[in-house]
Amino acid sequence: MSNPLLEIKNLKTSFRIGEKYYAAVDDVSLNVNENEVLAIVGESGSGKSALAFSVMGLHNRAKIEGDIFFKGKNIANLPTKEMNKFRGNELSMIFQDPLTALNPLMEVGRQIDEVLILHKSNMPKSQRKKYIIELLERVEIPRPKHVYNQFPHELSGGMRQRVIIAIAIANQPELLIADEPTTALDVTIQAQILDLMRELKDDLNSGVVLITHDLGVVAEMADRVAVMYAGEIVEIADVDTLFNNPQHPYTRSLLSSIPLLDDAQDKLHVIHGIVPSLKHLPREGCRFSARIPWIEEDAHEEQPTLHEISPGHFVRCTCYKHFYFPDESKEDQNHDVAKS
Amino acid sequence: MWKFTVRRLLITTPQIILLSAIVFILAKMMPGDALTGLIDPTLSQERIAEMREKLGLNNPWYIQYRDWLAGVVQGDFGQSFKYQMPVTELIWQRVINTFWLSLVSTIMIYAIGLPLGIVSGRYNDRLIDQLITGYTYLGFATPVFIFGLVALWIFGFMLGWFPTGGSVEPGLEPGTFEYILSKLHHLLLPSLSIALIGTVGTVQYLRSEIIDTKQRDFIITARAKGAPERRVYNRHIFRNSILPIAAFFGYEIINLINGSIFIEQIFSYPGMGNLFIESIMLRDYSVVTALVLLSGILAILGALLSDIILSVVDPRIRIK
Repeated sequence: MSNPLLEIKNLKTSFRIGEKYYAAVDDVSLNVNENEVLAIVGESGSGKSALAFSVMGLHNRAKIEGDIFFKGKNIANLPTKEMNKFRGNELSMIFQDPLTALNPLMEVGRQIDEVLILHKSNMPKSQRKKYIIELLERVEIPRPKHVYNQFPHELSGGMRQRVIIAIAIANQPELLIADEPTTALDVTIQAQILDLMRELKDDLNSGVVLITHDLGVVAEMADRVAVMYAGEIVEIADVDTLFNNPQHPYTRSLLSSIPLLDDAQDKLHVIHGIVPSLKHLPREGCRFSARIPWIEEDAHEEQPTLHEISPGHFVRCTCYKHFYFPDESKEDQNHDVAKS
Repeated sequence: MWKFTVRRLLITTPQIILLSAIVFILAKMMPGDALTGLIDPTLSQERIAEMREKLGLNNPWYIQYRDWLAGVVQGDFGQSFKYQMPVTELIWQRVINTFWLSLVSTIMIYAIGLPLGIVSGRYNDRLIDQLITGYTYLGFATPVFIFGLVALWIFGFMLGWFPTGGSVEPGLEPGTFEYILSKLHHLLLPSLSIALIGTVGTVQYLRSEIIDTKQRDFIITARAKGAPERRVYNRHIFRNSILPIAAFFGYEIINLINGSIFIEQIFSYPGMGNLFIESIMLRDYSVVTALVLLSGILAILGALLSDIILSVVDPRIRIK
């Protein structure tokens, strides 16, 4: 197989709090191929967005260690000037909140135009305008000529997200990073936007890193899935394996906390506790152990590593072998006793 | 756009009428009247009563107000008792002087404030920002009349770089190059005093706007497009941050009126502010009412100007 489009090796992104650096992304290695959608899932605070921003070089004051190879070139810690040749061009990003991601004082057309001016400087203005209107049509915006001169506040959330997608695909990127692209949209619009993204990906034959906490989006879009917890990847597998044969306790907990229509459970599974804050992340042992306290300590590895349990399916730590869901009803009784 | 402006202008009309009534009533309520201070003490009581009657000072206030307003509409504010000349004529010269003072101060305020604010906001919390912020705190804490006095003493009196009073060197022909130069020379120190103190608000405001805008999501979008920092700042951050400053321009006029009252007094600059204080001291009420009304109208127009500017520069509140 040829070189992957994006190859992340031992990436560690740390932020400074006070005098010390704390890693939000800790020793992450990933590959993304052409025309492949890699989904990164995890709760808030698991380091998904920090990972995406590291690839784009958009962190302001973070320490980035490790390598990020894009088309064979290491772009980790590349100077801004060099990085700007990639950003918006071969490497582009779709943002989470379309309501704030556009400049409120600039016409939509000019905001798309900016990315053309920056990367296609020899394109004459009239041609650029024609191309922008084509782009607006391509992302299924009605009356593109009219929208060209409109301001973001005159458009709905879904329309604005389409504009952001138009900006992202304007220069036919080879890698598209979508940071929770549907989180801020309502459900019907979400489906449309996902359909559009999939179409565009197939057209452009580009790789996609899809960051989300919505497992429904993952099931619909992804080819492969990486599950992140507390800055680490805890499980990677292709999408079918992950949904049908999840192994890591965290993945299994996530999947069993989705409500199912045809399975009338009394109670949904709840992962107790929260992702610890950056400063208080456990740096040793299995990072998920604190949230599954009923699992014995010797089930965890001392230095958990990723194990390939079947081709392309990696799981961190050994605790997955011993994991079981606690009996919720019994647990509730205990809670009730504790309360009274 | 035009409809909006006309509508706003129509709204200001009752504001101005109300203002005129308040100004007039306040002047009436002050002790004494035009005849108390300045007439010949040897004059008999009958003669004074006769003059009162003749001047209409015995009429009820609303009749007096109507007569006064009728004059004002025609540009007649009555006589100044001190100068023995029509108030309109007296004020006119002063207004022109104050206009030049305000114009030069305004230019200086923005010439100092915009670069300092931009640098301070862009490099926030670095040394240069701390120096600039230090200056703004000093500026906030220093009353403009103290600063004006110190500036006058150092640069006018001790160093002798600038004249210490007046608006122009006597004996120069109006319209000549020397005349204009002399005018400018007289303007510089008072304007600079107003500007150095008056600009700190602009600096602080612009600084916080820039710091705020820097953290907006669309700035990340701009960077993700591959825009170099220079472009990110010029096209996105500065343009969006300067907007509220532009909208504030109208209100700046109001501040200038207040600031110039003290500064004109200190530099004995023959402008409106100087005349205002003098007239209050001498109970020259026809001048006082005229000046208060004029400043009030300017303030109302300044607010109107701000609204119009904002609607022009901010597409989100553009009126169609």
